[in-house]
Amino acid sequence: MKPGRIEETFARLKAEGRTGFVAFLTVGYPDVESTLRIVPALIEGGADVIELGVPFSDPLADGPKIQKASFHALQQGVTVETCLDVVRKLRASGVEAPIVPMGYYNPLLAYGLARFTKDAAEAGVDGLIIVDLPPEESDEMLAACEAAGLRLIYLVAPTSTEERIREVARRASGFVYCVGVTGVTGERDEIAPGLAEFVGRVRNATNLPIAVGFGISLPKHFEAVARIADAAVIGSAIIDEIARSDPSEQSERLKSYAEVVTGRRGTAA
Amino acid sequence: MCAQPSAARPDERGRFGPYGGQYIPETLMAAVAELEDEYRAARADPAFEEELADLLRHYAGRPTPLYFANRLTEQLGGARIYLKREDLAHTGAHKINNALGQGLLVRRMGKPRVVAETGAGQHGVAAATVCAKLGLECVVYMGEEDIRRQALNVFRMKLLGAEVRPVASGSRTLKDAINEAIRDWVTNVETTHYLIGSVVGPHPYPMIVRDFQSVIGDESRAQMLEVEGRLPDYAVACVGGGSNAIGLFHPFFADEEVRFVGVEAAGEGVNSGHHAATLAGGRPGVLHGAMSYLLQDDDGQVMEAHSISAGLDYPGVGPEHSFYKDSGRAEYVSVTDREALEGFTLLCETEGIIPALESAHAIYYAANLAKTLDADKIVLINLSGRGDKDMDVVREALADDREA
Repeated sequence: MKPGRIEETFARLKAEGRTGFVAFLTVGYPDVESTLRIVPALIEGGADVIELGVPFSDPLADGPKIQKASFHALQQGVTVETCLDVVRKLRASGVEAPIVPMGYYNPLLAYGLARFTKDAAEAGVDGLIIVDLPPEESDEMLAACEAAGLRLIYLVAPTSTEERIREVARRASGFVYCVGVTGVTGERDEIAPGLAEFVGRVRNATNLPIAVGFGISLPKHFEAVARIADAAVIGSAIIDEIARSDPSEQSERLKSYAEVVTGRRGTAA
Repeated sequence: MCAQPSAARPDERGRFGPYGGQYIPETLMAAVAELEDEYRAARADPAFEEELADLLRHYAGRPTPLYFANRLTEQLGGARIYLKREDLAHTGAHKINNALGQGLLVRRMGKPRVVAETGAGQHGVAAATVCAKLGLECVVYMGEEDIRRQALNVFRMKLLGAEVRPVASGSRTLKDAINEAIRDWVTNVETTHYLIGSVVGPHPYPMIVRDFQSVIGDESRAQMLEVEGRLPDYAVACVGGGSNAIGLFHPFFADEEVRFVGVEAAGEGVNSGHHAATLAGGRPGVLHGAMSYLLQDDDGQVMEAHSISAGLDYPGVGPEHSFYKDSGRAEYVSVTDREALEGFTLLCETEGIIPALESAHAIYYAANLAKTLDADKIVLINLSGRGDKDMDVVREALADDREA
């Protein structure tokens, strides 16, 4: 595939010697208008890649915060179609960062894989992350993504064997998503002790950029990830920040959060 | 004693035709691979088979009787009705068969901790029982709504030393308890086994649970041949996730003269929007690690199921049942809450047996079926559990009826 926004972004990060900030937020939390406001604010504050959470009724890999956001979004009537519409609007408003929907398989299956990947590519989506689709089950989705020019971004976990990591590396494009903790999404106090060793194992198997997610929320986590990976993914902490913001100050607070967590701006404390 | 892993199904990718598979987070892939390896090694180990057979016999009380329901048969005036008395197994339901088998696997794997989900509480009780017996730590996830409906079973689990964790997310029933058990499993996978209670979840679970439950059909088949000198014309069982039904059906799979009927919960009616008849009202999708029929909306969101019986209150179904449905090997029908209550009282009054509300669905359907058949036909019903746990729910429901 010819280089797209994801490849260009990671090439630029490398050239600038920076660690990428992948920002996750659930579409429609607390409402679709907020999502359309918050994404540009996060980018302004330093986000390099936008992961748009596609809500699902049974988010079994997510901790309480993203579960709640997902449930809330569904109550607002958010569908896969809504998510694609948000991407269209973000592109129309000039958002250039890579946009990567992240979600579960069944809503995409219900939409139709070929139809979804085609519509997603046309809307301006660059890649997909599907939490409950390991390599073994991903042939059909991978073929659909390749036909539409989308990257299928695979996850590897600390429990993944070398053989599985190699299999992911063989199939992956865009970047590889390292699940930083054995567990569900959500903030933790500290980075998992074996993270550097784990990322090293993945690095040995692939030349693709490596992003680390799950359990990252604070500047010290971001710094720690910066030493070993190419990007850090933050989700639950962003959801938390949105939950604590009055709609009138969402943009400012999320921009500020992005600046602080990436170290562009020191904390007041 | 139990069926060996079937060579034909599932295939090496864990598929029953297009159904099944392993749609789970990467974090769990190593654990399911380890489980499958351990399972195959255990089944090839005579010591494992011996210990399981011994526990099933002396601890769980197997073989359970095959009982000719003569008064029920006379009253209906049709086919001869037999009950496979899983209600007489230790802890009061078929769930113990699987819990014992998986419990021994956990011990082989050297994991000290077990998580389980439960709807009606029968699997939770079975898991807590086996953990007490084998000295394992046990955490049972149970929806808040089910905790309310099944208070007695909650108390039983606690007596047995298990921790019961209420689940407040989603519909607060079985589906959400499974989500929460999986989250715990993902987090503690190095030390924890997920003791799933039905033929659902990612491969190898539907195969393992089926094999451990096949003791029901194996015994029934031998007992039927002994008593009647032939096989039944119908095998009838209720289907939520579908473990008691698969356990009954599987050993008769090659006996084409035996017709399988799975009875789902129609709740307030399959067209009411308040039901749990997944095979009748759903379409294929992915939930809890497997492709199978699923109650879902047009957007692929999983719908809340409804049934008076907590054990059938599940929007999914085991992948092998989806395969049976499409291939026509089994027929799937559904029975409403009200009809299940009729089946419940019918068995109480004719046979002096209080069935679980889950099993009452099968009884209602089989009773109506038997009426239409000649006296030389045989209907075998899996009486999957006893109804003591349902006293509160039934008392409420019958009181409502009298007021109505």
